[in-house]
Amino acid sequence: MSEKRIRVLVAKPGLDGHDRGAKVIAQALRDGGMEVVYTGLRQTPEQIVSAALQEDVDVVGMSILSGAHATLFPEVVNLLREKGAGDILVVGGGIIPDEDVPALKEAGVAEIFGPGTPLANVVNYIKEKVN
Amino acid sequence: MFKQDQLDKIAAGKEKWAAKLEATVKKRPEREPEFAVDSGITINTVYTPLDLADMDYEKDLGMPGEYPYTRGVQPNLYRGRLWTMRQYAGFGSADETNQRFRYLLEQGQTGLSCAFDLPTQIGYDSDHPLARGEVGKVGVAIDSLADMETLFDQIPLGKVSTSMTINAPAGILLAMYIACAEKQGFTKSEINGTIQNDVIKEYICRGTYILPPEPSMRLISNIFEFCSKEIPQWNTISISGYHIREAGATAAQEIAFTLADGIAYVDAAIKSGLDVDAFGGRLSFFFNAHLNFLEEVAKFRAARRVWARIMRERFGAKNPRSWTLRFHTQTAGVSLTAQQPMVNIMRTAYEALSAVLGGTQSLHTNSYDEALALPCDESVMIALRTQQVIGYEIGVCDLVDPLGGSYYIESLTNALEEKAMDYIGKIDALGGAVKAIEFMQKEIHNSAYQYQLAIDNKKKTVIGVNKFQMEEKPPEGLLKVDLSVGERQVEKLKKVKAGRDQAKVESLLKAVREAAQSDANMIPVFVEAVKEYVTLGEICDVLRDVFGEYKQQIVF
Repeated sequence: MSEKRIRVLVAKPGLDGHDRGAKVIAQALRDGGMEVVYTGLRQTPEQIVSAALQEDVDVVGMSILSGAHATLFPEVVNLLREKGAGDILVVGGGIIPDEDVPALKEAGVAEIFGPGTPLANVVNYIKEKVN
Repeated sequence: MFKQDQLDKIAAGKEKWAAKLEATVKKRPEREPEFAVDSGITINTVYTPLDLADMDYEKDLGMPGEYPYTRGVQPNLYRGRLWTMRQYAGFGSADETNQRFRYLLEQGQTGLSCAFDLPTQIGYDSDHPLARGEVGKVGVAIDSLADMETLFDQIPLGKVSTSMTINAPAGILLAMYIACAEKQGFTKSEINGTIQNDVIKEYICRGTYILPPEPSMRLISNIFEFCSKEIPQWNTISISGYHIREAGATAAQEIAFTLADGIAYVDAAIKSGLDVDAFGGRLSFFFNAHLNFLEEVAKFRAARRVWARIMRERFGAKNPRSWTLRFHTQTAGVSLTAQQPMVNIMRTAYEALSAVLGGTQSLHTNSYDEALALPCDESVMIALRTQQVIGYEIGVCDLVDPLGGSYYIESLTNALEEKAMDYIGKIDALGGAVKAIEFMQKEIHNSAYQYQLAIDNKKKTVIGVNKFQMEEKPPEGLLKVDLSVGERQVEKLKKVKAGRDQAKVESLLKAVREAAQSDANMIPVFVEAVKEYVTLGEICDVLRDVFGEYKQQIVF
């Protein structure tokens, strides 16, 4: 087992306090063999990007249930690119209407996982994309 | 409750029956190796008087409206008046929310429940950098009294009761409500409503905290004191299990953690010099109604009994009103699915029925589209109609506690009480709810993770998600919050600020600072400030400066 463990930052951007989903996903990724850092609540895009760089992660996973995803997800992607970390895989989840998904993907969010997604789907997706 | 010779006969009959049962199960195995509720209580095949052999009717149940209130807080409950049908609403600007409020009142809703956006809940004005993307999203944006006046335009605050989901800055929003009602020509004694004001559960699981625990608990005690003297009809706090359950807690944890928070508030208020009966009767509660129908009915009954015993035995309250646990219920948001959203109407109806059979004082029913977006007018109406069907058509409101006396319901009520008391004992040993925040967070997270695993491995069925899935068209007609609401709100704020006497604003903010630094009750100072359109963000900035901010411990 010389393979490097995948490192993931699970983040809660914005003011939304619902982190049940974020923590459950974080636990599933950890149980799936990844190294996971959870930022806690109320992170600005700047804080998320700086944590991602500092922790040298392969993936940033963000969760928003407040409706602020359209503003905050793309900001994180752009800031990562500005810092030369555009190769970090960015995924998102939460209450995100289908019609918002194409714009988010265009902005550089690789995948959006909506309500009802089995944990294994998220774990497998990340393993496939990163390895 | 039963004579020994009766119990002996039943026991003999049960033994014979058990042999029959074993043969049946051998022939055809049951669906599960073991049946249990999420709280971890095993469910037997059937319940009999043997399960209630130790129960004392007078001590454990009593009559409705009498200690320990297991059967309800009023003698005749819904035979007098139905519960208050109170749909939580709020989005965009004060103007849009005002229209939704008036629509709901026209549809027969009997009380208002206001949702605030996150910047308002965390004490930032709409022009704050951290408010970016959040203004008007999950509730209405309120910066100053000007917004409050728009919010309640043509709604007489002396005639309608309003519940406000506001916690960390509850005292400031209460001050705005008072100022608004007075401008409409009503006196403080005429207004009626509830502020959530439950900061401990914000630390535990909901996240809209501002200040550290000590000043937060002081503000809460200030509100208890102010209201007991000035607005006697106001419910000063809504101690909330709802969010604890939404975050993943089981029913037993919901009772325990909510009531442990309640104990912390009572302790703090007593320490601040108040008599328990001066505020005990104005405490209210807020619970979740989840999917396990019978467990939920038992949960409400158990919660009432546990709280009555805590208030009477632990705190020595003498006024019977202080013993009563009066509560609002909301159906479980977390049980809604984005898949086949119309099925959510049925889920919500059963959840709502459990709350009614559990004796709730008010109820919010979720709308079927809420796993997708904020609810649209149509979905909100169906949610309200669901309550009206329960209230007017199906006959469950014509007597009190119709499931009381069921061998299962009574034994489950006992089992949930026992589990909850175990947890409360653990929290006491840790030094109370504020000290036990991380313990509760860990317990809630573990339950949430187990719940998700049970869905993923299909031990728990979710229709449309892991069973009976089907191809679906994308949903239509979802409510979209106008993206320009943030800009419009910032414009309005600018105008309000430009129209104020700046010297007056400065002196009022100085008064807020001085009150914060002293032992004074802060609420009268808030009332004076908001009347002159000092904003929520300006007041909270002063509080943040004086007290510092709460730093979340990351438990994961």
